[in-house]
Amino acid sequence: MIAELGLAALWLAAGLALLQLVLAALGLGKGRAELLSGVRPVAVAQGLLGALSFGALIALFLRSDMSVLLVAMNSHSAKPWLYKFAGAWGNHEGSMLLWVTVMGLAGALVALLERGLKRETHMATLGAQAAISLGFYAFLLFSSNPFARLNPAAPDGQGLNPLLQDPGLAFHPPTLYFGYVGLSVAFSFAVGALLTARVDAAFARAMRPWVLGAWVLLTIGITAGSYWAYYELGWGGWWFWDPVENASLMPWLAATALLHCVTVLATRDALRAWTVMLAVVAFSMSMVGTFLVRSGILTSVHAFAVDPERGSFILVLLLLYIGGALALFGLRVGTVREGRQFEGVSREALLVVNNLLLTVILGVVLVGTLYPLMAEAFGHKISVGPPYFNAVAGPIALVLMLAMAVGPLVRWRRDEPGVVAGRLLWPAGLMIGLGAALGVAAWGKIGVLPFLGLVVAAGVALASLIPLTKRNLRRTPLFTYGMVLAHLGCAVSLGGMAAESAFTTERLVAMKPGESVEAAGWRIRFDRALPLAGPNWVAMQADMAASRGGEDIMLHPQSRFFSSPPTTTSESAILTRWDGQLYVVLGEALDDGRWQMRIWWKPFVTFIWFGGLMIAAGGTLTLIGRERRGWMMRLRRHRAEQSA
Amino acid sequence: MRAPLFLLALAVAAPLTAQTALPPAPYANQQLADPVQERKAHELMLTIRCVTCQSQSIADSDASMAADLRSEIRARIAAGEEPEQIRAWLIERYGAWISYQPTADPITWPLWAAPIALLAGGGALVIGRIRRKRRNA
Repeated sequence: MIAELGLAALWLAAGLALLQLVLAALGLGKGRAELLSGVRPVAVAQGLLGALSFGALIALFLRSDMSVLLVAMNSHSAKPWLYKFAGAWGNHEGSMLLWVTVMGLAGALVALLERGLKRETHMATLGAQAAISLGFYAFLLFSSNPFARLNPAAPDGQGLNPLLQDPGLAFHPPTLYFGYVGLSVAFSFAVGALLTARVDAAFARAMRPWVLGAWVLLTIGITAGSYWAYYELGWGGWWFWDPVENASLMPWLAATALLHCVTVLATRDALRAWTVMLAVVAFSMSMVGTFLVRSGILTSVHAFAVDPERGSFILVLLLLYIGGALALFGLRVGTVREGRQFEGVSREALLVVNNLLLTVILGVVLVGTLYPLMAEAFGHKISVGPPYFNAVAGPIALVLMLAMAVGPLVRWRRDEPGVVAGRLLWPAGLMIGLGAALGVAAWGKIGVLPFLGLVVAAGVALASLIPLTKRNLRRTPLFTYGMVLAHLGCAVSLGGMAAESAFTTERLVAMKPGESVEAAGWRIRFDRALPLAGPNWVAMQADMAASRGGEDIMLHPQSRFFSSPPTTTSESAILTRWDGQLYVVLGEALDDGRWQMRIWWKPFVTFIWFGGLMIAAGGTLTLIGRERRGWMMRLRRHRAEQSA
Repeated sequence: MRAPLFLLALAVAAPLTAQTALPPAPYANQQLADPVQERKAHELMLTIRCVTCQSQSIADSDASMAADLRSEIRARIAAGEEPEQIRAWLIERYGAWISYQPTADPITWPLWAAPIALLAGGGALVIGRIRRKRRNA
């Protein structure tokens, strides 16, 4: 029953999305304003029905209803409840259902909460949102029905990919999806503003919280995904330039550019056409990302869904949306009047530089990711990987970081180059000093890019704090704190990446029980290896003790074997200290009673993800700061009206 | 309850160890004694694709093919070969696909041209716009 209920709710939600589009189109196109009053209630109902449908899917997974194909394929009755729950979206159909559900709920929120926009623009935005949702509903209902029955029911399920049976990963994909949906809302706002010729500051203010929210979620999603790969894959790598990682990085890059651009539009009413263009690009990148991941067109660690029919369906959707959006942009960009002017040395100009560099990095990642496909079409099988991306995107990113340090120290509209240089005295001095010291101490021992990364990180960290000096800290707006925190987070993250690349110590050893090994000041003793059983796995676990002068700290790396489906994973033992992590992996047993061990000391590696969290926290502060200001103003107006 | 669990664990784990007890290649998981040589070898490994895995280099993969290649690379480096010679040998044997580092083959020229073109195009756009504004002002 639950499966049928879920499917019925999905069909109804799809019908309402169609109705929402038709009402908005007729209301605006034929001037029948009475139809427009129906758009908002329909949007809310559509969101609720989508949520009901997804709720039904979760219920099916929690009850382990093996008469539903999706549950039988991706779940198992012996799994812990968390992974039954997360299993609902740990597969193609479920994740797409989650996507449309969140999209519907976001549409309902836009319908309920948005007050600053002109009514026509608001309605056009909801119409655009319905049009995007319709494509996804069609995709689900015609090629990926999550509620398909299995007759006869399976005795038990096939289980979830053990790599995915991890609390971090259970919530990694939904975080990214929520981010993608936020970008789709931003895109809908852009379409609404283009259609009604209202690309202005009010539009930017309406769009900004969605861009910020999406960007925060994407930041968290990428940071969490990177940490997951780091501890789960067992080789200490934190970024592989894997196509699926790139698929999540590209929307983030576009969202970062959009976020800065939309601020310029909201506060200075400049960069109008470019903001709209970036909204189109950001949404397109999230669609490209979905296409790359969901179609399984690129071989990658994450390619769980390999199905050409679905791939072609998403490709058609992708071309329709992006083509439509670009065509609309081309047709209507003439109605976007030029915004306000600014000088070559101004915060606007530096934000343009930020946008340019982010877009170039985005272009590099896009080209690099798709290039092997294009080359294959011409009969060449080549790989594009870390050596290319690091060499090309790395230097551009460093220049971008420098621009990020300077930007907040420059005034809006125009500033004096000499005065700006004066504000940069201390960071520049720090960079020169650190560069000289590092050059003397470690010349030839570390690569050029990590060297520059360390120097730039230090300078940017110092410069990012300067906006807080010489002002009353209690009267400084929350969003300024948010910006400072996010920029500082970028510097911290860069510092972590550079330190890890420059100073990691690696030890690959074979040890007998009782033997010890030294690595970067640590003494690591291997006591014994014993078998161990978990709820749905068995493992070999090593008892090890690590010490750095002080007392012993126990470490327990495991090699885990899951029976459904049969897979071996290594659970690394990670010891976190303020200045880095000790990372120990248990390898295979050798014939002579020794065990393979992989041991790394990674100085300041945690800074990478700590910085990522700082960036996300900074974004959240900014979001709260900006929105609170809006609420306060509304409240004040409301009180004034009442007292009058 | 615990003892049967242990027995079960042993029983299930036993075929695993049997399967992996094949004689591993000598340098698969053993570093070279000379740190300079080991660094050379490791840097090369990071740029060689594990062809049986998905998007991993042989430096971070558990696959046996990656282990064999790691051993091969360490042995050749220890014998005095240069990393680029080894890369050339690998490409000859497995095809250009095995190298993450794009080669100088003309097929990769657009790949290197793309960032330059993007930077130049974007830069020209921005500079042109600022100039136009100056004229307008």
